[in-house]
Amino acid sequence: MDTVWLFVKAFVVGGLICDVGQLLIMRTKLTNARILVLFVTSGVFLTALGLYKPLVDFAGAGATVPLTGFGYSLAMGAIEAVNRYGFWGAFVGGISRTAAGITAAIVFGLINALVFKPHAKP
Amino acid sequence: MSRVPFTPEQYGELVSKLTPPSRMLRGYWRAFWVGGLICAFGQALTLWAERLNLGEITAPMFTTSVLVFLGTTLTGLGVYDVIGKYAGAGSAIPVTGFANSMAAPAIEFQREGAIMGVGARLFTLAGPVLAYGIASSVAVGIVYWLIRGWVL
Repeated sequence: MDTVWLFVKAFVVGGLICDVGQLLIMRTKLTNARILVLFVTSGVFLTALGLYKPLVDFAGAGATVPLTGFGYSLAMGAIEAVNRYGFWGAFVGGISRTAAGITAAIVFGLINALVFKPHAKP
Repeated sequence: MSRVPFTPEQYGELVSKLTPPSRMLRGYWRAFWVGGLICAFGQALTLWAERLNLGEITAPMFTTSVLVFLGTTLTGLGVYDVIGKYAGAGSAIPVTGFANSMAAPAIEFQREGAIMGVGARLFTLAGPVLAYGIASSVAVGIVYWLIRGWVL
């Protein structure tokens, strides 16, 4: 039952965060790139203000999988690295905490371009 | 076919004015359930990572990497574009969408070569996201360092 509840929380919170993006797509003239940048930076600043961590504790992947969660990892990484290394941690923590995701996207993106040919747009 | 004497902005305004509310609701519903499902799948991966005894640091890496792998592969297969057309932000906002935003232009611009085609186009959308995301994390880190210095 507890496991089911975990999935429900992730589903609902993740879905609602995506709906914020959908609202921006349908109600504003923001381009996709702007919306993605807005989501990441919002994640960073909400985390800095201590507002995003509770959502992650509550919803798990529902809060970490959307792009705001990428911002959360960046900010948490920077803060934790400052605790460990002092000032220079600010320049280390963000990327090191998110390194796996960024590297995976670069490597798999490259392999993809080698393997697949362009598709006609649906 | 005659050209419509509209700017894209005017056209967009007209579309949003004429779009019936039911279609807007449908957009929210699609983004909600597809985005929610991707996140629930991410939750499943996280639980799996726990069963594999991955630690607190490595478990999120596992989840993200698998989602990124699926995002890029489905992009290569041409499936993610179809999902994106249906789900809008529901497939763009999760990290699979970030992977898609890197893989899709890299594949599309293969013709322009391995360096300025694939290599550079990987970052058409990811570039701004990484630049502003990382820069703001540095800002947060420095502000935190300053505050910590004053308080302690």
